[in-house]
Amino acid sequence: MTEILGVPTQALFGQLLIGLINGSFYAMLSLGLAVIFGLLNIINFTHGAQYMMGAFAAWFLLNKAGIGYWWSLLIAPLAVGLTGVVVERTMLARLYKLDHLYGLLLTFGLALVIQGVFRNEFGASGLPYRIPEELTGGYNLGFMFLPKYRAWVIVASVVVCLATWYVIERTKLGAYLRAATENPALVQSFGVNVPRMITLTYGFGVGLAALAGVMAAPIYQVNPLMGADLIIVVFAVVVIGGMGSIMGSIVTGFLLGIVEGLTKVFYPEASNTVIFVIMVIVLILRPAGLFGRER
Amino acid sequence: MAVLFAVAPWVGLYPVFVMKVLCFALFACAFNLLIGFGGLLSFGHAMFLGTAGYVSAHAAKEWGLPPELAILAGTAASAALGVVTGLIAIRRQGIYFAMITLAIAQMMFFFYLQAPFTHGEDGIQAVPRGRLFGVLDLSQPMAMYYTVLAIFLFGFLVVYRAIHSPFGQVLKAIRENEPRAISLGYDAERYKLLAFVLSATLSGLAGATKALVFQLASLTDVHWTMSGEVVLMVLLGGMGTIFGPVVGALVIITLENYLAPFGQWVTIITGLIFVVCVLAFRRGIVGEFAAWMERRRARPGG
Repeated sequence: MTEILGVPTQALFGQLLIGLINGSFYAMLSLGLAVIFGLLNIINFTHGAQYMMGAFAAWFLLNKAGIGYWWSLLIAPLAVGLTGVVVERTMLARLYKLDHLYGLLLTFGLALVIQGVFRNEFGASGLPYRIPEELTGGYNLGFMFLPKYRAWVIVASVVVCLATWYVIERTKLGAYLRAATENPALVQSFGVNVPRMITLTYGFGVGLAALAGVMAAPIYQVNPLMGADLIIVVFAVVVIGGMGSIMGSIVTGFLLGIVEGLTKVFYPEASNTVIFVIMVIVLILRPAGLFGRER
Repeated sequence: MAVLFAVAPWVGLYPVFVMKVLCFALFACAFNLLIGFGGLLSFGHAMFLGTAGYVSAHAAKEWGLPPELAILAGTAASAALGVVTGLIAIRRQGIYFAMITLAIAQMMFFFYLQAPFTHGEDGIQAVPRGRLFGVLDLSQPMAMYYTVLAIFLFGFLVVYRAIHSPFGQVLKAIRENEPRAISLGYDAERYKLLAFVLSATLSGLAGATKALVFQLASLTDVHWTMSGEVVLMVLLGGMGTIFGPVVGALVIITLENYLAPFGQWVTIITGLIFVVCVLAFRRGIVGEFAAWMERRRARPGG
């Protein structure tokens, strides 16, 4: 067996793949957080719970309604996104005039409620979700075995991230969005319905989290707490990337996933903490984050 | 309040329960100093509670230190951690500050999960309470009780003094309008750091005491749910009020005591209280009460 730096290539590429997968989820989740933060100025603590709801929605669709993976990819984000719209309209909308910290506290409370309810219903153990038939099996690349499903997750999340980036940075709708981020009052005076845009943006961000949840269901098990610890890592990713830039959060997400994977190979004890350590270093050297700007 | 707590065990309240309330009340007071008067929301305060708990438990059990030195060691450890975390976290404001403290606390959680001296999931168990200053046997429930009460009152007075000192006034000024405070010549960062370290130290004092009371230091105290809990206590009791954190701690600990048999309902109800507080009850119990008194007094002839 060949080795690189004293590590078997199989193990190295295996961990790299896991890192890329994790990075895909970091990227999608931090992207959603960044989009929501940009317009609402709220850090959505419920993001992890909404990611979990996406996975559960897929599980429900399959086991209670017989609807498979591909339709779940569409239906689950829409359904969870809709709950996001309701949350925004009934609760978050009342907080915009207040200190932004209240938004954080509210969404934290919501996350506790949602996770508590799901744990009451399903316990703490995971529910299995099988890989769709089209994506079982894998490719033998010679130096490693690449399961089809994992390849699909990476490709799909890159596509989703780039599509989101394109919409926000290159289309008229995105231009409105960016303008509203800078100066909502002015955009509203041009006749754009800013409150509705805010609602839909929140729904979109939440939907993105749910989409990540559906994609994660076959890899990690469907578990009420699957998003609880993940969200803290994603927060660190967001701090490292800086929330000013969409592309920044995508790149940082993937990058940190890979770094985490590599740490697992070379120094496994630190794999849980490496992202936080990087965060501290970035904060010392570049407080605004790698791609962020001070504001 | 001091009298109330002093007689509490004589009117049928379970001393261990009241001691738990006192520890958390001190923790919440320390937290309130930061959020209520400095406007800084830390979402990682559990790391100070837990660090002090681990250090003092380890000092008492493995090094055989007497309780006063064990508590001192734990508190000092939290103070040191407070300096390091504070220096990093105050580089960013508002929401970022919350996320950074949360992330650092999570890092500490994983550190304690893996470090050998904490015994991972088991925690440090059977911590000896020892003899305070070599004379007072703390294994006597009442001796322990009044020691905890004294520690709490000490911490409470420190917070009270800090708030009503020039330092506290400057802190409030920075919260209200940082650029103006800076333009008046105050070094805002230094004041914030000082408040952060003071808060971390007192949280540490609470954590160290708690470890001796329960003779246990475990991962629960460093987990992010604990950080959320102290935020909730202060929010419910009333941010920026003197007695709010104490009331909040009392309510939440009582609630948890009664709801313990119902498993996940604690989480659900905790979350609901958060949501209700933020939406409709932002001044908290003590804050709303004060506002109500104010309205009564303002009414002519009332």
